[in-house]
Amino acid sequence: MDITYIYLIPIIPLAVFLLLGINSKKIKPAVSGYIGVLGLFTSFLLSIYTAYQYFFVIGKIDGEYQQFIDKTTWLNFTDTLHIDMGILVDSISIMMLVVVTTISLMVHIYSRGYMKGDDGYTRCFAYLSLFTFSMLGLVLATNLFQIYIFWELVGVSSYLLIGYYYTKPSAVSAAKKAFIVTRFADLGFLIGILIMGYYTGTFDFETLNAVNPETGMLVLNWASTSFMGLSVIAWGLILIFMGGAGKSAMMPFHIWLPDAMEGPTPVSALIHAATMVVAGVYLVARLFPMFYFVEDGFALNIVAWVGGISSLFAAIIAITQTDIKRVLAFSTMSQIGYMMMALGVSGYDGHEGVGYMASMFHLFTHAMFKALLFLGAGSVIHAVHSNYLKDMGGLRKYMPITNITFLIAALAIAGVPPFAGFWSKDEILVAAFENNQILYYIGVFVAGLTAFYMFRIYFGIFWGKDKKYEHTPHESPMSMAFPLLFLAGMSIVAGLIPFSEYVSADNKGFEAHLNYPLAAIATTVGIIGIALAWVFYKKENSLSDKYAKSFGVLYKWAYHKFYFDELYLFVTKKIIFNRISAPIAWFDKKVVDGTMEGIGNKTVVVSDKIKGMQSGKLQDYAFAFIVGVVVLAGVFIYLWK
Amino acid sequence: MDFSSFLLMRHEIILLVITLLLLVAEIFIPQQKKGSIVHLAIFLFGIHTVLGFLGNVEGALFGGMFRNTPMIHFFKNVLNVGVLILLLQSADWLQEKMVKQHKGTEFFILLFSSLLGMYFMISAGDFLMFYLGLELSTLPVAALAAYETSKRISSEAGIKLILSAALASGVSLFGISMLYATSGSIYFNDIAEMITANNLTILGMILFFTGLSFKISLVPFHFWTADVYEGAPISVTSFLSVISKGAAVFILMILLFTVFKPLMHVWENMVYVIALMTMFIGNLFASRQKNMKRFLAYSSVAQAGFILLGIINGEHLGFATVIYFVLVYIFSNLAAFGVVQAISLKTGKENMDDYEGLYRTNPKLSLVMMLALFSLAGIPPVAGFFGKFFLFTAAASKGYYLLVFLAVVNVTISLYYYLLVIRAMFLRKNENAIPFFTNKLYMRLGLVLTVLGIITLGLYSPLYDYIFELSKNLM
Repeated sequence: MDITYIYLIPIIPLAVFLLLGINSKKIKPAVSGYIGVLGLFTSFLLSIYTAYQYFFVIGKIDGEYQQFIDKTTWLNFTDTLHIDMGILVDSISIMMLVVVTTISLMVHIYSRGYMKGDDGYTRCFAYLSLFTFSMLGLVLATNLFQIYIFWELVGVSSYLLIGYYYTKPSAVSAAKKAFIVTRFADLGFLIGILIMGYYTGTFDFETLNAVNPETGMLVLNWASTSFMGLSVIAWGLILIFMGGAGKSAMMPFHIWLPDAMEGPTPVSALIHAATMVVAGVYLVARLFPMFYFVEDGFALNIVAWVGGISSLFAAIIAITQTDIKRVLAFSTMSQIGYMMMALGVSGYDGHEGVGYMASMFHLFTHAMFKALLFLGAGSVIHAVHSNYLKDMGGLRKYMPITNITFLIAALAIAGVPPFAGFWSKDEILVAAFENNQILYYIGVFVAGLTAFYMFRIYFGIFWGKDKKYEHTPHESPMSMAFPLLFLAGMSIVAGLIPFSEYVSADNKGFEAHLNYPLAAIATTVGIIGIALAWVFYKKENSLSDKYAKSFGVLYKWAYHKFYFDELYLFVTKKIIFNRISAPIAWFDKKVVDGTMEGIGNKTVVVSDKIKGMQSGKLQDYAFAFIVGVVVLAGVFIYLWK
Repeated sequence: MDFSSFLLMRHEIILLVITLLLLVAEIFIPQQKKGSIVHLAIFLFGIHTVLGFLGNVEGALFGGMFRNTPMIHFFKNVLNVGVLILLLQSADWLQEKMVKQHKGTEFFILLFSSLLGMYFMISAGDFLMFYLGLELSTLPVAALAAYETSKRISSEAGIKLILSAALASGVSLFGISMLYATSGSIYFNDIAEMITANNLTILGMILFFTGLSFKISLVPFHFWTADVYEGAPISVTSFLSVISKGAAVFILMILLFTVFKPLMHVWENMVYVIALMTMFIGNLFASRQKNMKRFLAYSSVAQAGFILLGIINGEHLGFATVIYFVLVYIFSNLAAFGVVQAISLKTGKENMDDYEGLYRTNPKLSLVMMLALFSLAGIPPVAGFFGKFFLFTAAASKGYYLLVFLAVVNVTISLYYYLLVIRAMFLRKNENAIPFFTNKLYMRLGLVLTVLGIITLGLYSPLYDYIFELSKNLM
């Protein structure tokens, strides 16, 4: 298969970025919007073509979807370890190509309306293209090193986009928070890569993941050095997952995601709902054979539990939030937790790999309806100029398209048949039921919570009484309505794709059947959630407040996001800043600066040079030097030879 | 007579000739045309830099006191490129000094002498030559630091540097004499054969090590850095923190990897401890600096700590990664200093707050700065990332996982303060932002070269392969 044309898919957005980024002052805003959309449209068409070619024409050989790789050796790091650059095409990378280009295209079109009149219009499109390029590069990477490069690039463009409204201090600090938190998680990722590189001698996914068809084990044999009772490779995987958890806002690295909502809403839809935040899921899926086979899936178990707990935790918080974008943010975190959980409980062969398939399936459908929810929320925010639920109500009369599409998305995420979310969620619950009953019950409970909080905001926005609006809200322009309609269409039909035939852990494909009892339970729970929301929020009443009070402490804790931010603040501010930085700062201020200023105050020019010597400062320096020498000599001659 | 052996010293000879030519030129060029000496110096040094790349020779002279290997030759070229960029960036400033303040050519003479000292230092085959080179490379810089004679702070920097340097080289010399006492030779090759881990030898090594630590500004031998860097003219600060540090790292590494190889079990622990102290203290100080020069100075202390992660590897992989990192470090730091220089020259502003809103008024300068800082912070796909990644791999391959972990923590800390500058430039609005200005040709060339360097180093991999091959035979 000639796959070289696939290089074009990421390269086109890069070219658009360079064009818009360098000439940002010369290109007219209207033109830059068209350039952005056109570029992405080309990439989108190419992705669709690739998907068609791969899945229906040439991808399947001997009943198994093949991996196609095109790469060159970029650097010989040592005589044995080398780093390649290239593209890897298989079922999940193609699925991600389609997801990223589709959502990105919709967001580009939508932004033309949403960002109109903003003085950074061109800059916005430039950053969006940069992000799309990085994300596509991440998806196509052939090895750990390459994925890490794009991983960080994605982080940089996310930083730029969250801080897009840089006149708002909260946006700037959110941008910084997102960057630093994910970067901290990447610390684990980087060390994981180093461990892999050193102990396996390769960074390549192909070699790392190769499975022997006869023994059903990984082909690669490494020296099984162990550390604290666990092989170093398993440690490497856990550390790599730490990076994935950071990017995917899993506990305890989730604190950046709600704040990241400070960015423009279309950006949130693209980055913080559909694409970048699922990079962690993709990373685990990419290394799935390793996760599954190394140490009998020890690392995979961690993935499952982190996913399950994050999902529950985020869903509880989502119920209490009043900023609609934050509700959606926690909802995203919860759904990604679902995907992680599905991967975590998955097996490898045939139907046992249902979790893997379900995770990818849910990633796909979730991208569609979550992007739609964000874009719908953007449309609402655009109309009422507020993010808060208290400023909204009765909007269904003014915004019919937004209302209907938002409803479809909400039904999809609540898992009501026949909408997309129903199908993928069902597979996840099947996988959990077969492998880990506790996680299954968590999953079902979360499904109910999801339906509840989603309809809580749906009723809050579109039903209930009108609020006093400064000017009458109106439906968004066509450029914003079209993406809503398109994604609504996808949210209806995406679930009908026979996903399991195309994407599976062993690449052979299998036939998935709806598990009727489980599906019935999940749907019932979902409908109960919706019904409760109906009772509480369809008409404004005091019921919800009453129940909130009866939950008392729990409600308060959830409302304050279980005080995670405060905890982090305590650790960084109180401990690191006050206990460590402050004394050093004091030393610098009093001793170093103080002497400096002391010298500055004495203005006798003649004595200056002498003062340089007599200020005591140089002697201090010399003293430190000598002490350093003596201590080093003492320690290394007598204690630690 | 066979003149071919002079080819071995051609870097040194040509540089000496250039220095003398400039001295002569000063006599013959009338005062009002003094500015043209800058053109002449840059022209001559440019030729010298290019000539350096033509072929390289291997061999030793003066009974082994002076030697040249492909690696050493390559590193001299690296230093040349660095100095050339530095000259380009300081050209406007120097011209102003020469025309308005009637300064002579001493800047060039001193700078080139110092560079000559570095050549001899890294080419040394025994401790005598090494020591001469070390002194020759340090003393002229002290004079350079005091170049702005009208500014008190500059004189102070000069005097502080020279006194600290005297102390450091005294300690170093003491160490060398102990090594001579135990081995009976000052030749590297002889000592390498005789060396044993007795107390006096270890003491000698430690004393010697601290002398070079001073030049690299490793903690706790770094105290002079902030004051000197702040007081000295920007070009000199840049020279000290980039070129001079690079040369010292090179020779330190050669000696540790060859002469002191048998004592590796001692020095690896020492390097471990010093690496940690240097990274943490450098970073914690850097995070609260507001003056750009002081900021870059402390951040360069932290960078030196990262270099030690490659050194601790102790084999040619470590050597190659350190050289590569130093190369990246030279370009990135020169880019950052270049921007600071350009802004200071036009507006006299050196504080981080002054950079607010710079992207609005001077987008190109702020992009250069961003690239430089991303590279220093180690964000992919900029060269600095690969540099750090390789260093970490070198340390990890010897099993120093804890050290690597703490180093990565430090990378994250450093990211915080590098982002402060980027935030000031890109994400802050300022009514009194530095107004738009254009740079003269030399400055522009100087900045473009650094940007090219950062990008090429990041993307053009054969360069690393080349260094890796060279590093296989050190002695």
